[in-house]
Amino acid sequence: MKTLLEIEGVSKSFGSVIANEDISLTVREGEILALLGENGAGKSTLVKAVFGLVKPDTGTIKINGTVMESGDTAAAIASGVGMVHQHFQLVPVMSVTENMILGDEPKKFGVVNIKQAKKEALALSEKYGLEVDPDAIIEDLPVGMAQRVEILKALRRDVKLLILDEPTAVLTPQETDELLEVLRNLAKRGVGILFITHKLREVMAVADRIAVLRGGKLMGTTTPKESSESKLAQMMVGREVVLRVEKSVAKPKEVLLSIKNLRVNDDRKLESVRDLSLEVHAGEILGIAGVEGNGQRELVEAICSMRSRLSGEVVVKGKAIPNLNPRAAHLAGVSHIPEDREKHGLVTSYSIADNLVLNRFDQAPFANGWIRNLEEVASNGEALVEKFDIRAPNASLSAGSLSGGNKQKVVVARELSQQLDVVVAAQPTRGVDVGSIEFIHNQLIAARDAGAAVLLVSAELDEILSLADRIAVISNGKIVAIFSSKEADRNTIGRLMAGLAS
Amino acid sequence: MDAKQGKKLDFSPILVPLLSILVALAFGGILIFIQGINPLSAYRVLFTTAFGSFDGVAITLAKATPLILSGLAVAICLRAGLFNIGAQGQLISGALASAWAGYTFVGLPALVHIPLALIFGAFFGALVALVAAVLKAYRGVHEVITTIMLNSIVIALSDYLTSNPFKEPDQPLTRTPKIQESARMPDLLGLPLGFFLAIGLSITLWWIMRNTTTGFSIETIGRNKNAGWYAGISVKKTIMLSMLIGGAVAGVAGAVETLSIIGRFEPAFNAGLGFDGITVALLGRANPLGVIPAAILIGGMRASGSTMQFEVGVAPELVDLLLALILFFVTAPLLAKFFKNRKENVAMTSGWSN
Repeated sequence: MKTLLEIEGVSKSFGSVIANEDISLTVREGEILALLGENGAGKSTLVKAVFGLVKPDTGTIKINGTVMESGDTAAAIASGVGMVHQHFQLVPVMSVTENMILGDEPKKFGVVNIKQAKKEALALSEKYGLEVDPDAIIEDLPVGMAQRVEILKALRRDVKLLILDEPTAVLTPQETDELLEVLRNLAKRGVGILFITHKLREVMAVADRIAVLRGGKLMGTTTPKESSESKLAQMMVGREVVLRVEKSVAKPKEVLLSIKNLRVNDDRKLESVRDLSLEVHAGEILGIAGVEGNGQRELVEAICSMRSRLSGEVVVKGKAIPNLNPRAAHLAGVSHIPEDREKHGLVTSYSIADNLVLNRFDQAPFANGWIRNLEEVASNGEALVEKFDIRAPNASLSAGSLSGGNKQKVVVARELSQQLDVVVAAQPTRGVDVGSIEFIHNQLIAARDAGAAVLLVSAELDEILSLADRIAVISNGKIVAIFSSKEADRNTIGRLMAGLAS
Repeated sequence: MDAKQGKKLDFSPILVPLLSILVALAFGGILIFIQGINPLSAYRVLFTTAFGSFDGVAITLAKATPLILSGLAVAICLRAGLFNIGAQGQLISGALASAWAGYTFVGLPALVHIPLALIFGAFFGALVALVAAVLKAYRGVHEVITTIMLNSIVIALSDYLTSNPFKEPDQPLTRTPKIQESARMPDLLGLPLGFFLAIGLSITLWWIMRNTTTGFSIETIGRNKNAGWYAGISVKKTIMLSMLIGGAVAGVAGAVETLSIIGRFEPAFNAGLGFDGITVALLGRANPLGVIPAAILIGGMRASGSTMQFEVGVAPELVDLLLALILFFVTAPLLAKFFKNRKENVAMTSGWSN
């Protein structure tokens, strides 16, 4: 088989940080190469170099045997490299067809020929078995569909090498499986695929070869046959990682959080939580399993009073929480690890210390009345950086300079370092490296053992199965079943998640 | 609250404005040279007039006083993520209100009359800002649009008021009567009293932003509105508060100009002070202390423009040109950052109404 991509001795540093050090790799036609590594291991820098977005300090990149001029994205595209970015490069108000042709429109008499474009779009989606409605507007599509459009957009330009940057970070388990199937089909047709991820299960399922990066260096290449999840994890982090969470049996006590007949609208004003009731006890982790977009986000935001409740009640320790008042929810004892740490959880231009008091900045000891106590803020920052293993030289550094996993640790540290009554954790380990996942899981279990009622919402069924003491399955805005962790069965839950009766 | 408390010193807050000024001066120099005049001697006149003598400095600082205040008005709103283009309208409203208070109340001691007139200015400045603030906080109307429109409304309204109910009787000119002597702001140490007021307000607001919970709330909403909401800070209240502070400070700028320089309200006399405030705020990197040197620089250029024409024959419009150039060079990186910070949290399409 022909070699599509040859990376030879590529090094790149940003200031004193070495992102890539002497990396050599190849991708052949019809091969899926998984690039595995923790956050900050240098995966993104490497593929950006391939795509011409980053200029390596030394080393060469050859595509189809031609040495690529660095910094020339157009040449990379012309020689058949396509990239699907983690954050979609789509225009949300335009249709699928319009997005696919953007920048390379079929024309008739100088005017965009939308009929022709639609035909092309349909033909393309049939050819690769990627079903999508060409007239749908991007913002109405679920994430998995939007990603298909991204892939189709790349395929339309006759891609020989497809790079996917953490494509599964935003997908549900079902969507992930579909994507992996799509990748296998593409490889069969001779497309070379460079697939960046830090999820071991996916790598084992789909990759032909696996390259592991750690700290900017290539730790080695292997194949799924020669390796195992735990071996790969060890290569990634340089030590043994406990993949199964070790925890004692829960000792649930009184009800701390109770949700009664809750109804909530989503952003499009459609009812997405429908008459939902739920109770979480002190000393237990209740996991909410469900395909993303079934009302989980709206449920979490309504509990934390960030989103308006149409009707129903949220009661914490016997006290009803007022509607649309995040402050009241927080003061009543609700800690909230939000789903989107960059949007809600952090002010990235603030220091770590300021972020660690973000929702307590006006309370003692961080403020005496109107005046902030900056010394107290700083010493609290240093203490939590130490206690929660946030990898930063000091707490006065801006939170934006941290890696994804450490950003999440800042949020977790803030939320779990206060008085613990109710903890609402939404996707607490999304986009976080293996080492940090283990740490965050242990912190959630510690919160449970300290007597908190923990509500865990996650799109990763594995995470729910390994952490939760009880599992509630949400589908279409309703809780369709509740299992104890002993009764829980992957298949049954999967069917319920998909909306099929068990 | 300060993200730059790290060990490494970040010089860009000083470097970018300084470079902008130098580049602007260089461009201006080329234009002076084309007129057949030696740019160096023109700049020497500009500099020595503004800063070369005690009298020169006094005039410069008098010119800088309203600019510090209007710069502050824009800067505080920028901190909250709001672009207050309406300092001009708020300033005119404050200038007219303080003139009215200055000539209407008779027989008050200066110690009562001056603060009263200043409060009138602050109140009516804030009143204009209130309209934009309510529309932004409760209706999501973009503040750039509303404040620009309010400028036109206030200018038209003040023209009407000064040519009708508030007009000086038996005079052909469109202006209010002169303010009472008791409302006149005196000089202190040869410098206008308003200058000290402006410095005091700058330091106070700087301290508030740095050390108080209110400052932290404003700063948080400015940097990440969503995180502010998550943290329990009221977005609406914060928008209202920062716009009202901005409006009040702009109103004081107008009042100081009325009470210490002009002595009455005359529509043509305040032209441009509020707009120069935008330049000052951006040059001062939206820092309440940074606006002081920025305002003094611009005040000095305004003060010595005519001398430059008189002595070396450079058109005084050159000063406007230099200011425009400075604004241009200083905004490019700053605005890019400002809008980038916002864009992180907003979908591409929400644009003007978020």
